[in-house]
Amino acid sequence: MKRGVLVLLLLAVAAGVAGAASLGGSASASSGTAKVTNLKVWVGWTSRELSVFKKIVAEYDKKHPEVSISVVGGIDDTKIVSAIRGGNAADVTSSFDSTNVGNYCTSGAWINLKPLLQKDNLSLSLFPKTSVYYTSYKGTQCALPLLADTWGLYYNKALLQKAGIKSPPKTFDELTKDAKKLTQRNKDGSLKVVGFNPTRTFYAENSAVNYGHLFGAKWLDSNGKSNLSKDPGWTKYLKWSKSLIDYYGADKLKRWQAKVGDEFSASNAFETGKLAMQIDGEWRVAFIAAEHPELKYATAPMPVDSGHMGLYGSNNVNGTIIGIPKTTKHKAEAWALVKYLTTNSHPLALFSNGIRNVPTTKASLSSPEIKPDAHFKTFLKIFGNPKNTTFPITAIGSAFGTYFNTFIDKYQAGHASDLAGGLKKVDKQTDAQLKQGGGGVP
Amino acid sequence: MSLTSPATGAGAASAAPAPLVLDRTRAKRKATWRRRGLVLLCMSPWILGFSVFFGYPLVMSAYLSFTHYDLLNPPRWIGLGNYRYMFEDDPQVWPAIKNTLWIIAVGVPLQVLFAFGISMMLSRARRGAGFFRTVFYLPALAPPVAATLGFVYLLNPETGPVNNVLGHLGIQGPLWFHSPSWSKPSLVLLAMWGVGTTMIIFLAAVLDVPKHLYESAQLDGAGWFQRLRWVTLPTMSPVILFAVVIGVIQGLQYFTQAYVAANVAAGQASQAGSNDNTLGYPEDSTLFYPVLLYQHGFRYFNMGYASAMAIVLLGVAFAITLFIILNSRRWVHYGGAVR
Repeated sequence: MKRGVLVLLLLAVAAGVAGAASLGGSASASSGTAKVTNLKVWVGWTSRELSVFKKIVAEYDKKHPEVSISVVGGIDDTKIVSAIRGGNAADVTSSFDSTNVGNYCTSGAWINLKPLLQKDNLSLSLFPKTSVYYTSYKGTQCALPLLADTWGLYYNKALLQKAGIKSPPKTFDELTKDAKKLTQRNKDGSLKVVGFNPTRTFYAENSAVNYGHLFGAKWLDSNGKSNLSKDPGWTKYLKWSKSLIDYYGADKLKRWQAKVGDEFSASNAFETGKLAMQIDGEWRVAFIAAEHPELKYATAPMPVDSGHMGLYGSNNVNGTIIGIPKTTKHKAEAWALVKYLTTNSHPLALFSNGIRNVPTTKASLSSPEIKPDAHFKTFLKIFGNPKNTTFPITAIGSAFGTYFNTFIDKYQAGHASDLAGGLKKVDKQTDAQLKQGGGGVP
Repeated sequence: MSLTSPATGAGAASAAPAPLVLDRTRAKRKATWRRRGLVLLCMSPWILGFSVFFGYPLVMSAYLSFTHYDLLNPPRWIGLGNYRYMFEDDPQVWPAIKNTLWIIAVGVPLQVLFAFGISMMLSRARRGAGFFRTVFYLPALAPPVAATLGFVYLLNPETGPVNNVLGHLGIQGPLWFHSPSWSKPSLVLLAMWGVGTTMIIFLAAVLDVPKHLYESAQLDGAGWFQRLRWVTLPTMSPVILFAVVIGVIQGLQYFTQAYVAANVAAGQASQAGSNDNTLGYPEDSTLFYPVLLYQHGFRYFNMGYASAMAIVLLGVAFAITLFIILNSRRWVHYGGAVR
C-alpha cells in the first residue's frame, strides 16, 4: 500500500515537472518568435456554409503568422449583444440581421469603421449604395457588407415544359396564369403540385419586403411615417397574393404546406418538385447543387407589377454585415481581417463560389475568379441593378414590420376583409411603435 | 437560576448599584445581538442568493420599466411611456393576454380534471397498479421541447398519424397547429398528456383518504357520487388548491411549448436565429404574454418595454394567486385545522 502511494506521488511529481517544462518550452519558443495574436471570429453560418467560411479564413491565417484565428458559427444577434454587454465578445463578429445596425452604430457597440477606411484610403464607393445603407446608421459606418442576398424566380424547367410554358413570367398577371397551369391536384381535390405559393408564412422568402419592391411600394413616406395605406403598391401586392391563395383554397394550401419539408432542408418543396416556381435567394443554387443536383431548373428575375415594368431585373437587396465589437483588444488585427474579407475580390469570389451568395464590392461582381454558373449569374445581374432597394433601417430594428406581418397573415387566410381600413390601422400602430422605440429614421 | 446573588435577592434589586444593572442590560443586549448574528450567518447563503438572483433583478426591472433601454445604449428615463404604449397602442398585448387567459381558463381545469380522473382510476386498479402508474407518469419526464416536437409531428394535418386514423374513419382531421382555432387546443392536449406529476400527487391524496369516512358514508346510504362529492373531494381539496395555483402560475409563464410549436409548425425551426416573426404562428394564436415579452426583450432588444411587461405580469400573478387563496377558504378543508 505504502509503495503504491509512493509510486503515485512520484508520478505526480514527474507530471508536474513535465508540465512545467512544457510551459517553459512554449514560453521560450514564443519569446524567440514574433507574438501571435489569437483572433476570435463569430459568424451566423452553420454546417456546409460555415466550413466554406473557415477555409477562406484559414487561407488568411496561413499568410499571416502574426495571427491565429478561431471561427465560431451559429451566432445570432442575441448572443452578440449579450457578449458585448459581458465584455467577452469576439474580435470580429457578423450578423445576418442588418436591421439591428442602428443599435450597434448609435451605441458604439460596434466601432465606427469610417476612420479606419479613411486611414487606408478606402472609399465606400467600393460597395453599391444599398449595401452602404444597411451597414450604417445616421452617418456612422459601424459595419461592412460581407456577401449579399437578393431574390429571384426559380422555376422547374420540366414542369414548365409539361405545362406548355415556354418562358418564365415577367409580370404578376403572367405569374398567376402560369401558376394555375402548373398546379396539379389529387383525386380528392388536395394539392399535389403547387404552381407558386405567395403565403407569407410559407418559407421566409415570402416576406413582404421581397414583394413590395416589385409592386413599386415604399415602406415610409418622406416624413418617416408608415406608408402602407397611402401607397397603392401594397394594396396591389396583397390583393394579388390573396387571389392566388383563394384559387388554391387557403385551407388546402395549408395542408399542402404541412406535408412539404422545411425551407432549409433537403425536402424543400421546390427541390423535391412539389412546387413549380418559387421566390428564393441566390443561395438556393448551392443548396440544390448539394442536395438535388438532378433537378432541372432555371432562374430569372422576379416578375413585377405591370404598372412598374421598369423595375424588372431589380429587387430587394440585403446581406450579412460584419464589424468589430468595442470590446476587442486587437483592433488593428481585427480591422486587417475585416478589410481583407470585405474589400478584397479574392476572398469575396472564393466565398461567393462556395456558398453562392453575391459578392459585395462592385469590382468583385466581375471578378474572373467567380465560377461561371448560369443559375447564379441571374443574381449577379440583379445585384448590380441601380433600381434595387432595401428594408428601412429604423430605431426599432427588426421589430419594424411586425404588425404588418400579422395583418398580412390574417388577410391572406381570409380572416380580415377590410383591406384599406386594416392598412390604415397598421400605419397608426407602426407610427406608435416607431415613436415608442426612439423614433426617427436616418 | 438567578443572575443576582442569593444574598441580595429580587427584592434588593432596586437597591443594587447602577453599574451592575447596566452590565446586566449590556450582557443581555450582547447575547441578543450574538443570537441575531448567528441567525443572519446561518441565513446568509439564502439572503445572498435572494438578493442577487431575485431582489436585484426585481428592483432593476422595476427601474428599467420606466426607461427606454436597448441593452447597448444607457437606459433613458421615459416615465410611464412604456405602460402607456402597452395599454393604449401595442396591438399585440391584448391578443397575448387573451391567449394566456384562455390557456389558464381552459387548460388548467382540464389538466386538473384529467389528473384527478386518472388518479381515481389508478386508485381502484387491483392488478398492474405499479405498471399503470409508471405508464401515466412517464410523459411528465419528457423534456418540453422534445414533447412539443413529438406533438407537432403527431398532429401534422397531412402526415401525422392522428389525422391518418381520423381519415380512415372518414373524418377530415383539423389543421391542429396550423389553424388559429386549433393551435391552443393542440397545446392543451400536449399539457394533458404530460400531467403525470399532478396525477401522482392526486393519487397519493386519494389513497390517503381515511377508509372509515367511506364506510360511515356508505352506512348512511351514500352512493358512489355522494362519496366522491362529500368525502373524497373535501379531503383532497388542499391538494386540488395546490394543483390549481401551480397550474395558474405555469399558465402565466407559458412559453417553451408555444415557442417550439410555432417555429416548427411554421417550417422555420431549421433556420438558426430566424427573425421572421414565426412566434405566435398561426396568426398570433400562440402568442402568449411571456412569448411577447421574450420577443420584445431578446429579439427586438426593447428591454425597457419588456421590463414593464414583466412588472405587469408580476402584479397579475400576485393578484390571481391571492384571489384563489382567499377564495379557497370556502371550499378547501384542512383536516383537524382550527379556524
